[in-house]
Amino acid sequence: MVYLTRKAEFSASHYYHNPDFTPEENRRIFGKCNNPNGHGHNYTLEVTVKGEVDPRSGFVVDLKRLKEVMHREVLDAMDHRFLNKEVPEFLTKIPTTENLAIAVWLRLEPKLRQARLHRVRVYETPDLFVDFYGEE
Amino acid sequence: MKAHLTRRYLFSASHRLHSPEMSAEENRATYGKCNNPHGHGHNYTLEVTVSGPVDQSTGMVCNLVDLDTCVEREVLSRYNLENLNTLKEFAQTVPTTENLCVEIFEILQRAFPHAHLERVRLEETMMNSFEYAGGNNPRR
Repeated sequence: MVYLTRKAEFSASHYYHNPDFTPEENRRIFGKCNNPNGHGHNYTLEVTVKGEVDPRSGFVVDLKRLKEVMHREVLDAMDHRFLNKEVPEFLTKIPTTENLAIAVWLRLEPKLRQARLHRVRVYETPDLFVDFYGEE
Repeated sequence: MKAHLTRRYLFSASHRLHSPEMSAEENRATYGKCNNPHGHGHNYTLEVTVSGPVDQSTGMVCNLVDLDTCVEREVLSRYNLENLNTLKEFAQTVPTTENLCVEIFEILQRAFPHAHLERVRLEETMMNSFEYAGGNNPRR
């Protein structure tokens, strides 16, 4: 088994708010992230796939195709967007980095044919990242 | 849905690698420049990874403010700008980055109740790092 990771970057804005919480609860739990005008990050996405090396091509996965899938399924939808308002998953879920990693997994996993998705890592900043390995 | 969350922190400290069980020659041969009796310092980068189900109401594994507060109180305030050799946990134990990594894991495992501690990774320099994920304490 060989693991291959491809990186990509995108920039987006978000804010954290749960309509079931009172305004005071939202402010206490989410702090500055509760500002309804949103704030932005440069996100780094790392997508790791796993599989056997094809004896003819020497590839685990066709990198060009992986790049295309990442662009079509994730970057086109999220780059330079306000996640809460423009990405369907976050109309109902809070766009935390945790939920973002899960959303990226759910977008990519059904589209990968050659290799299986192993891990989605999303860096919100260089000092904070989330890993999701699918349903365990 | 279970996710892993990792946060990075910085602190600076000095240490000297020296074992009282070895002769002066053995210490020099084993630890090289790190055996300099006056000690030397590093800017350490600490990565703390916790895991757990993503809370439906907050979208979080745990609140980062709780994690930051705990790491600051239990680890950074203890080690930042200190000489590690002067601390009680390193009175009998050589303050290698391996041992410091294990110590920090055990401190956080006791002190942080809001998510499962998966792993502590400690970079001593850009060129080397150590990881400890619990299990059998290698020092015992």
